[in-house]
Amino acid sequence: MHADKVLDAKGLACPMPIVKTKKAMDDIASGEVLEVQTTDSGAKSDLTAWAKAGGHELRADTEENGVYTFWIRKK
Amino acid sequence: MTVKAMNASELSKKVINKEPLFILDVRNEDAFTDWKVDGENFSYLNVPYFDLIDGVEDILDDVPQDRDVLVVCAKEGSSIMVAELLSEAGRDVSYLEGGMKTWSEHLEPVKVGDLDNGGEIYQFVRLGKGCLSYMIVSGDEGAMIDPLRLVDQYDAFAKKLGIKVLHMFDTHLHADHISGGRRLAESTGGTYYLPPKDADEVTFSFEPLEDGKVVTFGGADVTVRAVYTPGHTIGSTSLIVNETYLFTGDILFLDSIGRPDLAGKAEDWVSDLRESLYVRYKEMDQDLLVMPAHFAKLSELDEKGRVLARLGDLYKVNTGLQVEDEDEFRRLVSENLPPQPNSYQEIRKTNMGKISPDPAEETEMEIGPNRCAVS
Repeated sequence: MHADKVLDAKGLACPMPIVKTKKAMDDIASGEVLEVQTTDSGAKSDLTAWAKAGGHELRADTEENGVYTFWIRKK
Repeated sequence: MTVKAMNASELSKKVINKEPLFILDVRNEDAFTDWKVDGENFSYLNVPYFDLIDGVEDILDDVPQDRDVLVVCAKEGSSIMVAELLSEAGRDVSYLEGGMKTWSEHLEPVKVGDLDNGGEIYQFVRLGKGCLSYMIVSGDEGAMIDPLRLVDQYDAFAKKLGIKVLHMFDTHLHADHISGGRRLAESTGGTYYLPPKDADEVTFSFEPLEDGKVVTFGGADVTVRAVYTPGHTIGSTSLIVNETYLFTGDILFLDSIGRPDLAGKAEDWVSDLRESLYVRYKEMDQDLLVMPAHFAKLSELDEKGRVLARLGDLYKVNTGLQVEDEDEFRRLVSENLPPQPNSYQEIRKTNMGKISPDPAEETEMEIGPNRCAVS
C-alpha cells in the first residue's frame, strides 16, 4: 500500500508508538498516508481508538512475524 | 512533586479497607468500559493517554487534590508518562506498577481461619478478576483448591510458611482461567486431582476426584472429602474440609449460582445444577462455611477481605436458591446469560493439555472480567 511517510516504531513500548505516530502525523499533509510499524501488541486497539478520536482513517493493518503495520490517512 | 509507584498489594489493601482513591485510567474507552480496578470508595476519570500527550492542562480541574490519585494503564508505560505530566503540573500522584496486566494477575492472600486440629486455611483473592483459590495447611504439608496458573505466587507463600504443597484439587475443568493444578503437582512432585467426568479429553495423567473420595494429609490430619455436585460442568465436585468448610467451586457463589453453559451443554445440565443446589447441598450440615471459586461484587468481601458464608444463610439470601419453580429456574440459568468469558474455549483446551500457549498468550486469554455466574 502507498505511504507518504514511514515510521519505524519497532521495539518501542507503549506509549512511544502513539507518541511518535502523533508527531509523524504533524509532518504530513491532509490526505497523505502514514505507515506505522510497531512490535507492541497493544498498538492495534490504541491506534484504532486514537485515529478514530482524531478523525483520521485507519485504511489497513497487517501482522507479520510479530510486526504490526498500519496505514493511516490524515484527516 | 515526585511520581510514586503503587504496587498491586498496596492497591489491594485500599480495596479491602474501602479507602477512598481517585483513579485516572488512561487506557482507551473500550478497555475502561469493559474492565477497571473496582473499589467501593473509588472514583474514576477515563481519558486515553493519547489525548494527554500534549499536556494535562485540560484535565487538571477534574483531578482532585484532597485524596490520593492513581494513574492506571494497561502495562504501566503510559501511566508513568501521564503521572510525570501531572507531577510537572504540581500534583502529587502515583501510578500502578505493572498496570492492569499485573493487577489482573495479583493474588492477595487472606487468612480465613484455623482448623480445630492445628491446620490453617488461606484464601487467595484475585481482586482484578474475582477468582478465589485456597491453600490448606496441615503441619508442613499443603493442599490447594482451584489453584490458578500464577504458581510463583503460591510457591513464594508456601516457602514463607515453610510448607510443601503436595495435593492439588480442581473442582472442575475451568473455562475462565488457566489452572495451576497440574504445573504445581509437576513442580512439587505432588498429586493433581480432577473430576474424571470433566476429563474425557484430557491429555495427561491425573488422580480421579470421584464422589466420596477422602484425602487425609499432613501433620494436622486434615481431611478433604469429595461430593459430586454437577451442573456448572458435568464433573463439578465440591470439597468438604474437616466437615467444616464447603468448597463449592463454580456451583454456588455467595450472591449467585453457576452457569451451566460454558462447556456447551446448558440444556442438559440444568437439572443436574438444580439437583446439586436444591437437594444435595440442602442435605448437608447447614453450618458448613461456603467458600466459592469466585466472587462477583466487592460487597461479598468481609472486613478482612474474606469471601465466605454459612450454607444455611445462603438459602435465605442467595437469589439463585430462591427459585421454587423448575421452569423459572431453567429460564434463570439458560436465558439472558452474560457474555461468555474471554477465550473460554481456548482456556478449556489449555486445561485439557491440548494446547500449550506461551505465558504472554495465557495472560491475553485471561484478560477481562470473570463471568462464571448466571448474573
